[in-house]
Amino acid sequence: MQTRNHRIYCAGEVVRIRDIGKAGHVRTPQYVRNKMGLIDSYVGLFENPEERAYGRIGGEPIPLYRVRLKQNHLWPDYVGSDCDTLVLEIYDHWLESVTTLEESQ
Amino acid sequence: MSHDHHHQNDHDHDHDHADEHLAQEDNDLTLTIGEAKFIALRAMLIEKGIITGEEVRKRLEFNDGATPHQGARMVARAWVDPEYKMRMLADGKKAAIELGIDVVEAEIMVIENTINIHNLVVCTLCSCYPRSLLGEPPAWYVSKAYRSRAVREPRAVMQEFGLTFPKDVEVRVHDSNADLRYLILPMRPSGTDQLSENELANLVSRDCLVGMALPRTNSLP
Repeated sequence: MQTRNHRIYCAGEVVRIRDIGKAGHVRTPQYVRNKMGLIDSYVGLFENPEERAYGRIGGEPIPLYRVRLKQNHLWPDYVGSDCDTLVLEIYDHWLESVTTLEESQ
Repeated sequence: MSHDHHHQNDHDHDHDHADEHLAQEDNDLTLTIGEAKFIALRAMLIEKGIITGEEVRKRLEFNDGATPHQGARMVARAWVDPEYKMRMLADGKKAAIELGIDVVEAEIMVIENTINIHNLVVCTLCSCYPRSLLGEPPAWYVSKAYRSRAVREPRAVMQEFGLTFPKDVEVRVHDSNADLRYLILPMRPSGTDQLSENELANLVSRDCLVGMALPRTNSLP
């Protein structure tokens, strides 16, 4: 089985939160899917709660990151300050790299 | 108790005492699906010998025994001991254990408020909360209104709680959506140099530790 290497994202790296369409006890809220943010920090390796919730205990731990998003990117009509942010925890398989080209668009 | 007022009668007198015994009505005629599942599951787990009633009771007792004062003690220690503060920011769980606090959560992340960033905690998916350090969460924290609005319009929500920040202060919301549990380390109020660690802890309310309030200073000289 192919497993993704651990710690593939570095702090400050721009990422997109994927929408992998998975049902069940997933921990990636709808409101951040398909949104871009940057890696705030690497948290560590955790057993996948999407598996644990169904009694599948003891799986290989997966990397968890804290991802920071700009509120005015998250909500185009955000009322607040342009410097406001939101940070949440996203597992590796919900993340993808964003190229510099996309990022500048 | 005074009985000299001519409207005061035995009925009123009874009321004074009845207030101490106000029973909360059990609403057990209309179990929600979740409540029914919970009761059934607990009964089955006990029947199968997977858990015992004693274990359930102990856990409830543990949950009810935790109070926000434990988190407040950590904050006060961090204010008076810079080295403790560094350890706390590096590993909140170890820092809690160091003060003799039992922690059942996997990880506690301590987030520090600064003059530039104010932090607020919410759990949009359920109601994750550092119960070992703060006890049970307040009703507003678990409400759907807070869980949806705190990420969408945090400044409006904080304003309703009497908390406002200028636009050059970043409001940073932490959605406690996965494996970490968060504790906010507020800034130490000015004019508190003379206070003992205990007195400092008393300035730190539950809501400060979630980011919904600032340490009380109105009682200071």
